[in-house]
Amino acid sequence: MSGGVDSSVAAALLAREATTTGEEVIGVWMRTHGDLPEGYEQSRSCCSPDAADDARRVAQIIGVPFFVLNVEREFGTRVIDAFVDAYLDGATPNPCQACNQYIKFDELLRRGLAAYGADAVATGHYARLEHRDGRWRLLRAADADKDQTYFLWVLDQEQLARTRFPLGDLTKPEVRAIAADFMLPTAQKPESQEICFVPLGDYRALLEERRGYAGEPGPIVDAEGTELGTHTGYAHYTVGQRHGLGVALGEAVYVREVQPRTNTVVVGRRHEVAQRSFAVDGGRFTGGGAPGERFTASVRIRHRAPDVACEVTMIGRDRFVVETAEPVWAPAPGQGAVLYDAEECIGGGRIARPA
Amino acid sequence: MAIYLDHAATTPLHTDVLDAMLPYLREHHGNPSSIHASGRRARQGVDEAREQIAALIGAKPREIVFTSGGTEANNLAVKGIAWAGSARGRQIVTSAVEHKGVLNACSILERRGFQVTYLPVDRYGRVDPAGVEAAITPHTALVTVMAANNEVGTLQPVAEIGAVCRAARVPFHTDAIQNASFVSPNVDAWQTTAMSLCAHKAYGPKGVGALYVRHGAPMVPQQQGGSQERQRRAGTEDVAGIVGFGAAMRRLYADDGRRATENERQASLRDRLIAGATSLPDIELTGHPTERLPNSASFVLDGVTGGDLVAALDLEGVEASTGSACTTGSAEPSHVLLAMGTAAERARGSLRLTVGEGTSVTDVDRALDVLEACVTRLRATAPQPVPA
Repeated sequence: MSGGVDSSVAAALLAREATTTGEEVIGVWMRTHGDLPEGYEQSRSCCSPDAADDARRVAQIIGVPFFVLNVEREFGTRVIDAFVDAYLDGATPNPCQACNQYIKFDELLRRGLAAYGADAVATGHYARLEHRDGRWRLLRAADADKDQTYFLWVLDQEQLARTRFPLGDLTKPEVRAIAADFMLPTAQKPESQEICFVPLGDYRALLEERRGYAGEPGPIVDAEGTELGTHTGYAHYTVGQRHGLGVALGEAVYVREVQPRTNTVVVGRRHEVAQRSFAVDGGRFTGGGAPGERFTASVRIRHRAPDVACEVTMIGRDRFVVETAEPVWAPAPGQGAVLYDAEECIGGGRIARPA
Repeated sequence: MAIYLDHAATTPLHTDVLDAMLPYLREHHGNPSSIHASGRRARQGVDEAREQIAALIGAKPREIVFTSGGTEANNLAVKGIAWAGSARGRQIVTSAVEHKGVLNACSILERRGFQVTYLPVDRYGRVDPAGVEAAITPHTALVTVMAANNEVGTLQPVAEIGAVCRAARVPFHTDAIQNASFVSPNVDAWQTTAMSLCAHKAYGPKGVGALYVRHGAPMVPQQQGGSQERQRRAGTEDVAGIVGFGAAMRRLYADDGRRATENERQASLRDRLIAGATSLPDIELTGHPTERLPNSASFVLDGVTGGDLVAALDLEGVEASTGSACTTGSAEPSHVLLAMGTAAERARGSLRLTVGEGTSVTDVDRALDVLEACVTRLRATAPQPVPA
C-alpha cells in the first residue's frame, strides 16, 4: 500500500472479498528510504511519511492489519544506486521496473511470505493475470491508458503464481468511484508521477550525493563529430532529451547518444534519433524461455508509447535483437524493451548501448 | 485474545485505577485553580494524588510536578536544570543508553552551547559510577542517568551515581519510568535532585507523568502560562489522569508483601522466557543477566529482522516489540544495543518480551512455541544478501 488511490482500492476490494472467501488480507507499506530533506514531503511522492499515514488510515477503514516493512537497504542498492549508476553508464534508468523486480515481487514477496505467513502479494498495478494452457499469463489491463505491464515484464512464473492484480479489469474512474464508495481518504488523491526518491525531480544532486559525480563540461557534437556546444556533464543527459541542450540548428535537436568514456553528448535532428533496430540485454520471458530463436511480436520501448510490430532474433539466452516494422522514436539504453503477443506481455529486456 | 508481552511499552489500565478516575471525568469537572466548590473538589483530587506519589518515593508533596508524561518530565528536568545551572557551567553528563526523551533534549542543548558527555556502557548496558565521577568537571550543570533501561531492562547503579554527584555537589536527575512499577524509587536513597515518573507503565493512564524536583533545586520552567505546579509547569492539570496516577501508585505499593510476591512471580516468568528463547539456535540475551527489570527479557536473533519477527508474532497472537518504538519502520539499529557493542547487523534482529500482572505461565509457554515457529519460518526464507 503506497498511500495512493490504486493500492488503497486494491486492498479494499480484497478485504471485501475476504469476508466471503475466508482469506486474510494484510496491509503493508514499504519504507524505501529514510526521511527526505525538508520541503520534499509537500511534493507528491508515494513514499513519504504522509503516504504512510494515508496507507494506515485506509487499512484502518477497511479493517485489515497494517505493517511497515523496511526495505531501505535493498531499495538503496537495487533501485537508487542502480538508478545513479545507469546515468553514469550513459543509460536511462528504469527505477519503477527495478522496484518491481527487486523490491515488490522479490523482497516484499519473500519477506511477506515469511513474516506474515502470506501466500501471495497483491498490488494496485493495472494489469491482468490469467492461467491458461498450463501457465500464468501477464495480460494488459482493461484500461489501455493505465496499463502497467511495461513495468512488470520481469515477473516469472513463480512470481506470477503468487501475485494478484485486483485492478486489472477496472478503469481509473471506476477505481476512484470505488474509493469514494469505501470512503477512503485517498479517493481524490492526485496521481504521483515523479520518482519517489528524487526530490523535486532533480536527479543531478543524487548523482553527486551517492557517487560524487558533479559533472564536468564536455562537447555536444553531431553525428559527424562537429562540435555544436558544451554540456554540463554527460550523465545529466538522456537519449531523446530535447531541452537544456543550448544548441540551435534551426530545428529541434535531440540527444542521440551519451558517451561516458569521452564525456560526449551526440545530438541529432528528429529523424536521426529514430531507429528500426536495437539490441536488448538482460532478457526474461514470463513463460520461462523465449518463444523461439526468431519470432514476431510487438515491442514497446517506453511507458504509454504505442507498441510496434517487430521481429525478434535471439542471440543468446538473454540477449536479442529487435527489428521494428517502422522506426521507433529514440530507443534509450537502459529502458525496457517489452514484448507483447497481442494482449499478453511475454517478456522483455533492457535496451543495450550501441556497440 | 492476544498474549500481550509488551508491558514496557505500556500497561493496561487497572480497573481500580479506572474506578478512581471516573468521578473526575463524570462529576468533578472543576478546574483545580478555580475558587468555587467544583474547583476545590478537583484540587483535592490533585493534592491527594500528589501526596500519594510523594509518600511513595520519600518526597514532599510540593516537590512533585505533574507533567503530560515521562518525556515531558525528562525534558523539563534536563533543560530546566541545565539552564538553571548554566551560570556554573555548560556541561551535561549522561549515558549513551538513555531514552530519546533525555538524549534528544541533550542534543538540543548541545546546539545551544552546552557540551554533553555521553558515558559509555559495558556489554550489559551498565554505566560505571567511576566514569561519572571522572566525567564531572567544575562546569557540570547536570548529570542524568536512567534507573533502568527501557530496551534491555538493565538496572543502573543509581545509588552509587547519586553518591558521586552528591559528593561533587552536582545536580543528579534519573529517569525512573521503567522501574517505578516494581520498586518505589527513594529519592534519598538514590540522592537524586530530580526523578521522572509516568503513570502508564504502572497500570495507570497514558498522558500523565511527574517530575520530582528536590526542594530548593533551581530549575527553569519550560512552559509559560499560569502559576500551576508552583510555576514550574503552566497549564490546567489533567485532573482525572493525575488522580489515576496516584491511584495506580498507591495500588502497586499498598502492600509491600504483595508487591514482592508479584515481582518474584514476574521475574520467574521472565526467566522462563529467557531460558526458552535462548534454547533456540542463534538467539542471545541482551542486557544484564541478573541486574535487570523483573519483567523484561530482551534478545538479538541472527538472520531475522526485528520488525519482521514482531509482525509475524502479532499475526500469531503474540504482541511483542523490537525494543524501541519503530512504528515508522526505521531500520536504524537501536542506539542502546550499539552502545553495548552489538554489531549493527546483529542489532537489527532485536526482540523484547515484557511480562506484566496479567501474564500467566501458559501465556509464556504459548508465546515460546509461537516464537520458535516464527523464527524458523523467517530463517527458512532469510533474504539473500544484496550484492554490493
